[in-house]
Amino acid sequence: MRLSVLHFLWILIASLSLLACSSGESNVVQGNRDGILHFGNGTEPQGLDPHVVTGIPESHIVGALFEGLAVKNPYTLESEPGVAQRWDVSADGLTITFHLNPAARWSNGDPMTAQDYVWSWQRALSPAMGNQNAYMLYSIENAEAFATGKLDDFNAVGVKALDDHTLQVRLNTPTPYFIQLMDHQSTFAVHRPTIEKFGVATDRFTPWTRVENIVGNGAFRLTDWQLNRRIVVQKSDTYWDRERVQLNGIVFYPTENISSEERMFRVGQLHYTQSVPLDKIPVYRAMQNSPYMNAPYLGTYFYLFNTNKPPLDDVRVRQALAMAVDRERLNNTVLHGSNIPAYSITPPGTLGYQPPRVFDYDVQRARQLLAEAGYPDGAGWPGLELAYNTSESHLKIAVALQQMWKDALNIDVTLANQEWKVYLDSVDQMNFQMARRGWIGDYVDPNSFLDLFLCGGGNNNTGFCDPRYDELLKRQAPRATSREERYAIFREAETLLMEQMPILPIYTYTSNHLIHPGVQGMPSNLMDAVNFKHVALDKNWKAAE
Amino acid sequence: MWHFVGYRVLQAIPVLLVVITVTFFLVRIAPGGPFDSEKAVIPEVQAALEAQYRLNLTLWQQYTAYLGDLSRGDLGPSFKYPGRSVNELIAAGFPVTAELGFYALLVALFIGGAAGIIASLRPNTAQDYVPMSAAMIGICMPSFLLGPMLILVFGIYLDWLPVSGWGDSPGDKILPSITLGSAYAAYIARLSRAGMLEVLSQDYIRTARAKGLPEWQVVLKHALRGGLLPVVAFLGPAFAGLLSGSFVVETIFQIPGLGRFYVQAAFNRDYTMILGSTVFLATLIVLFNLLSDILAAWMNPRLRAQYGER
Repeated sequence: MRLSVLHFLWILIASLSLLACSSGESNVVQGNRDGILHFGNGTEPQGLDPHVVTGIPESHIVGALFEGLAVKNPYTLESEPGVAQRWDVSADGLTITFHLNPAARWSNGDPMTAQDYVWSWQRALSPAMGNQNAYMLYSIENAEAFATGKLDDFNAVGVKALDDHTLQVRLNTPTPYFIQLMDHQSTFAVHRPTIEKFGVATDRFTPWTRVENIVGNGAFRLTDWQLNRRIVVQKSDTYWDRERVQLNGIVFYPTENISSEERMFRVGQLHYTQSVPLDKIPVYRAMQNSPYMNAPYLGTYFYLFNTNKPPLDDVRVRQALAMAVDRERLNNTVLHGSNIPAYSITPPGTLGYQPPRVFDYDVQRARQLLAEAGYPDGAGWPGLELAYNTSESHLKIAVALQQMWKDALNIDVTLANQEWKVYLDSVDQMNFQMARRGWIGDYVDPNSFLDLFLCGGGNNNTGFCDPRYDELLKRQAPRATSREERYAIFREAETLLMEQMPILPIYTYTSNHLIHPGVQGMPSNLMDAVNFKHVALDKNWKAAE
Repeated sequence: MWHFVGYRVLQAIPVLLVVITVTFFLVRIAPGGPFDSEKAVIPEVQAALEAQYRLNLTLWQQYTAYLGDLSRGDLGPSFKYPGRSVNELIAAGFPVTAELGFYALLVALFIGGAAGIIASLRPNTAQDYVPMSAAMIGICMPSFLLGPMLILVFGIYLDWLPVSGWGDSPGDKILPSITLGSAYAAYIARLSRAGMLEVLSQDYIRTARAKGLPEWQVVLKHALRGGLLPVVAFLGPAFAGLLSGSFVVETIFQIPGLGRFYVQAAFNRDYTMILGSTVFLATLIVLFNLLSDILAAWMNPRLRAQYGER
């Protein structure tokens, strides 16, 4: 009896070591040789229809399979030619004419035309489509009216095909960032015959994006899609700029567990990770030739104040709370120095814009303000609840701030942990006193952050409403004739916002990735944007270890 | 025997109906909806999305429509993955989860059964204490700890086995199966030890020994069948538990199984996916309980006798 168990164990160990011998070279070594990038992509994409999907993982894959009229240069974030060879903006800034590249092709060989865009934007804006990103096209004349069902005739919307290769767009107001939006999936063209083969244009449920059906126009084409396992794309041979594409393919992995993702990177299964576990950051920082990449990101982490509910209806209480937070200490301890302390809603340096610094960390002033509001040294404090969604890092930050407020102002703040959808519901219904929030800019422009706090804005959620603020953003900024003038208007608006303090800025996000040293052409940038067309792998890279 | 089986099958129908109804209404009570996101959705878009998923009907209409679809085997479209049906998602994830569960069960049976039998042969000696303490540790050690530890040792330091995946590279099925199986191995060790101890003190074992049979024959031929009865009764629920409880292991090892879809569906308020996987798993659990009851009846003559068969 005993003997046979021992025998079995021995066989098991022997077969294990045999398996170990056959495991061979890693993905990364193989990938460098064959030009295949192994890309950790966060989660399984919802889908691949550009007018349906909303997330960042989706945008990576859709961005490989499709291309917009203009694309972002990953180094400068300036727009460069995509499907459009060039574009002209009229003197009043209201008409944009795109000249399509005659060499641009769909992956089935069909030429790309201006009519493709008219049809696709009608689809993207159709109310029946339920496209959550339709607002990206709202700066086009009458687009919003069409998308909200107030206008039925798409011919009245400011998009026209002048001929096969000329697309004319008329805007409501001058929109300097409009060209940037051409790199967003909701403005991409989709292949009409393919979509209509499987149903009506606005049907979200058809299988047109499956491997065997999909037709795109990007630098890559879809060759394999296994749910929750991997998505594989291969270099397209119909793409107009295929000479410049250096990768032969990309494998996207759904890596929603960031610890697992980090382990996959460590054993050479991935070239690139979506994120880095917080507690691993010091380890990677300390490494020589570290694969750790950390760069400012166009996003702000902040708390919302519900200005309709006491005690936060008093601006002095809001200011006191904001001034009592030591953002430097928070960043250096809890966040391992991985982020940038924030004192404004707009991240600093968005295409040259520097936000105003309206307040500082100032405990004395905070105590004074709180006393003026009627709570000297916390006396008579009615209590305050902070809602946040379940996450270890949100919790750590909340606990740190809770302690800072206790120490500096002698007030108690209770923490309410809520499951994600419950939390979204609370924020949406303004059923909170104070709530955690994060915002990622859709485009590199202060407007992407400042327009959140327009009166009654769908994402305002603070009760803040200032006619002067609305006037500045909606009337004055679009009329500005130079970037300097425009930014001065934004600074005035942001000063107004931060004096009223409907939000408590905490930090500016950074992007955190692990990236294999053999990967070239994936620089860090403010949008954390990847353009796979620029990516190359070093064939001669050898593991140093 | 047939009487017994038929009775159990009939019992299953109301159980499943209750499961469907309770789940259907429970997920609707949860705050938040499938289309809530960090960015506000304009009312027109929200309305269009709701209409596409029949959410604009009354709850009762939705319920009857769902039962109608279900009777045709249609579990509806997924909310989170537009363009995929729940049937398709289950069909993609279930075979992986079932395979993982099966291997895990083998691991559990082999390690647990061996430990339990060895322990029962010399109760209250070191040969008993050592395997049973190991079993206790197995119960206490959660898979989110054991999994990463195994990965660290065998995947990263020794570099013997892949750290993730399922069927992508040779040997990547070993660590997940051990991780998932070990908790159940501990239960099986305790059950088989108890069962064996009871059987080994029975008269017919003494008779077998008195006949002069060698000890290994007594254990393997006579004691084992009766001694493992409690284990067999546990197998059905264990396999069902392995199927519905593999979420953590699937996440740690990046395995494309049903568990990940199931748990994410709850977070996403993917109503049809929650319902579909719950109904599917509930059906399986009922089925496995039935199978293990039948198996137990076959192994236990006394139980068989109860239903008028010899």
